[in-house]
Amino acid sequence: MAANPMSQFDVYRIGPEIKVGAFDISFTNASLFMILSTVSILLIFNLGSKKNSIIPNKIQLLAELSYTFVSKMISDTAGSKAKPYFAFIFSLFMFVLFCNMFGMIPYTFTVTSHIIVTFVLAAFIFIGVTVIGFIKHGFGYLKLFVPSGVPAVLLPLIVVIEIISYLSRPISLSVRLFANMMAGHTMMKVFGGFVISLGIVGGWLPLSFSVALTGLEILVAFLQAYVFAILTCIYLNDALNLHH
Amino acid sequence: MVKKIYFQSIFFSFFSIKEAFAAESGGMPQLNPEFWVSQIFWLILTFGIMYLVLSKLILPKISNNLESRKSQILENIEAAEKQREDSDAKLKEYDEIISKSKLEANSIFNQAREKALKDIGAKREVLDKQIDNEIAEAEKEIDALRKNAPDKINKIAIETSSELLQKLIGAEVNNSSISAIVDDLSKRNGDKYYGN
Repeated sequence: MAANPMSQFDVYRIGPEIKVGAFDISFTNASLFMILSTVSILLIFNLGSKKNSIIPNKIQLLAELSYTFVSKMISDTAGSKAKPYFAFIFSLFMFVLFCNMFGMIPYTFTVTSHIIVTFVLAAFIFIGVTVIGFIKHGFGYLKLFVPSGVPAVLLPLIVVIEIISYLSRPISLSVRLFANMMAGHTMMKVFGGFVISLGIVGGWLPLSFSVALTGLEILVAFLQAYVFAILTCIYLNDALNLHH
Repeated sequence: MVKKIYFQSIFFSFFSIKEAFAAESGGMPQLNPEFWVSQIFWLILTFGIMYLVLSKLILPKISNNLESRKSQILENIEAAEKQREDSDAKLKEYDEIISKSKLEANSIFNQAREKALKDIGAKREVLDKQIDNEIAEAEKEIDALRKNAPDKINKIAIETSSELLQKLIGAEVNNSSISAIVDDLSKRNGDKYYGN
């Protein structure tokens, strides 16, 4: 089992099988790490917001820096109109970040390395952004597919391309995160396997690669959470501030 | 020899890994729909609860904390600015008082100097008068003495010469003849002795 680099993505049931109607909603290792991530997020930010001291302590500083980081990211990309969606984007960023980071601990499970999880998030964002766009602009939201300053001859082609690119947003958003996570963890597992099979003689090279990859993967874990959140902001910006 | 074993071991281990993967790989677990519903359910549950708690309880608190810190800092800056202005005004006042008192001190000094000069002048005048008087008196006295001096000298000269003659000659000489000689001599030599 350990030699297969894909076995780390196996989902298995913890405890009894729970069925609601035809659906199996058993508690799995994925559920465990979702709960771990959310509980640690809530714990850290609860501790960080408990005391209101003028000079913040470390955990308060962490919470406040994250708050200002995300709020600045939203106001930079989506403007002041996106303020009501701050809590959602903050939760999204923190959830993805913590799931990615938990995956970096050996023998853990990476929730975001599953396409179904990232796709549900991305689909929710896609549907939500589209609904917001139609509520704010009515059918005028369809102007999004007609960029200004395009010659009339090219217009049919451009509109088709724009519609395809709009519809592929949830796919690109979800696949980007899932593929990054899966590829990184697979690569680390493969190099880890090389260390064992090459032994004391040749194992040092893949071991040093593994160490470097761990640093890279921590960077990727943060970066992908950031990209996920900032793309959500950009989609939200399209829906809130329609450019003609 | 060691090098050869090293490369051989790397070569063979690649083979063994490939075989192991080929034996165990059963596709991607991500594409196995067995636990998809479970994952969706738990994702919505955990993310939903986290979103609710964050948006209703925690994020407003953090935003509150940040706001209160911002306002407190602004207040403190304002207070500091005010105090600075106050101290500036007080410094100005102090400077004014100092310059005023300097002027006052100057004027007092000048007054005192004038007064002292006046006093000195008055006293000097009085003293000058006194000195003048004294000088005048002294001059008078000197004059009187000078006037009387030839007579007295003549008298002394006559008496001395008569006594001298008596002792030298042993005879009485008429005083009047001696005085006539003395008068004559003194008239001739008077200018030499007194310089008048």
